[in-house]
Amino acid sequence: MSDSANVPVTESDLLAYVDGKVPEARRAEVQAWLAARPDEAERIAAYSVQNEELRALFNPVLDEPVPRRLRHVLTRASRWRAYALAAGFMLLGLAVGTLAGWQLHAQRSPVAGLTTGIARNAAVAHATYSPEVRHPVEVGADQEPHLVAWLSKRLGTNVRAPKLEASGLNLVGGRLLPGESKPVGGASPVAQLMYQTANGRRLTLYMRTEASSNRETAFRYALEGSVGVFYWIDRNVGYALSSADLNREELLAVATSVYKQLNP
Amino acid sequence: MNDGQRIVELIPRLRRYARALAGDRARADDLVQDTLERAWNKLHLWRPDSDLRAWLFTVMHNVHVNQVRASRNHATLDDEGAEMAVAAVQGASLEIRDLERALALLPAEQREVLLLIALEDMSYAEVAGTLGIPIGTVMSRLSRAREKLRVLMHGVAVGAKLQVVK
Repeated sequence: MSDSANVPVTESDLLAYVDGKVPEARRAEVQAWLAARPDEAERIAAYSVQNEELRALFNPVLDEPVPRRLRHVLTRASRWRAYALAAGFMLLGLAVGTLAGWQLHAQRSPVAGLTTGIARNAAVAHATYSPEVRHPVEVGADQEPHLVAWLSKRLGTNVRAPKLEASGLNLVGGRLLPGESKPVGGASPVAQLMYQTANGRRLTLYMRTEASSNRETAFRYALEGSVGVFYWIDRNVGYALSSADLNREELLAVATSVYKQLNP
Repeated sequence: MNDGQRIVELIPRLRRYARALAGDRARADDLVQDTLERAWNKLHLWRPDSDLRAWLFTVMHNVHVNQVRASRNHATLDDEGAEMAVAAVQGASLEIRDLERALALLPAEQREVLLLIALEDMSYAEVAGTLGIPIGTVMSRLSRAREKLRVLMHGVAVGAKLQVVK
């Protein structure tokens, strides 16, 4: 055991642990300290959930289009200054350069383009199949091992059906859906698992393989019509959790549970 | 890339933080707009070797402090604005989530620290620099913010326990 093991664990250590800012060497000590103190461990776990929930709640703002009045602050200000300085050639040049910059920015909007596609597709699939009374799924939960093996084979990745009974949701079953058609290599299929509460509220988990591996994103939220979607990419799989019956808070709780089960 | 473009690229992050800090969307974007105008006018005060993001958040902090102070002292001067803000909050309250409500109940100085860390993933030293406070104050505000939020989010359970004791 190293010398630093004798250094008492402080509140600052615990906060830094929550934020992933504890030096690697100290981490194990903090973990051991927490393991012996269930009350403290519970408190610290609650703080970690706060961090996750804050990000889940506010990260979607990053994907919103920037309002015009904000995009134009800098042009307005720089034009005014250009006029104020009678020979404001430098600032005018800056204004033009900035304007060109925004136009590029507005066209690309890189963060939005990468992930909003999955939210929309998942919401459409949800809206299509969740109202189905007789054929909500292709393979029912009574054949879960077959369902999981089949979807794994077709997606070319290890598909698992998270257990959501703790959230009051039981697996109904799943189906295979056509993926987005790609110009090269055809379409890779997509899996949809459906869950349902005792009183018939439904939720679907949409999964597709992502071309760019090792890219992870935070939880993002989108509202597509009446369907709320939490979506994220983890390693090479994109996930989208959709429901028109659960509110955003309930959906986030389920998304957190799904994420934890897929990343034990 | 010039300074203007770099500022523009940071607008989504300023908006995210402002939304969490100010609560509703309109007030948050007002805060961002005031921040951008002030930053653009004071750009000569920014040292190019320092972190532009931290500097912008410092500007936003100052603007926000001034706005909060102004709304406290001169609430009567801006009745219309205040009424609109109240109406906006009431309208949103049907969908407002517990976490948002709990966050709004934190003192602004604690909320700022928590959000710069949770959303911007700043180091504690960066937060101290951005807000112009000692790092020890960052830690104590962070600790209080998290505990208060935890109690607010699980307030019912805590209250119930107290009653059993009585």
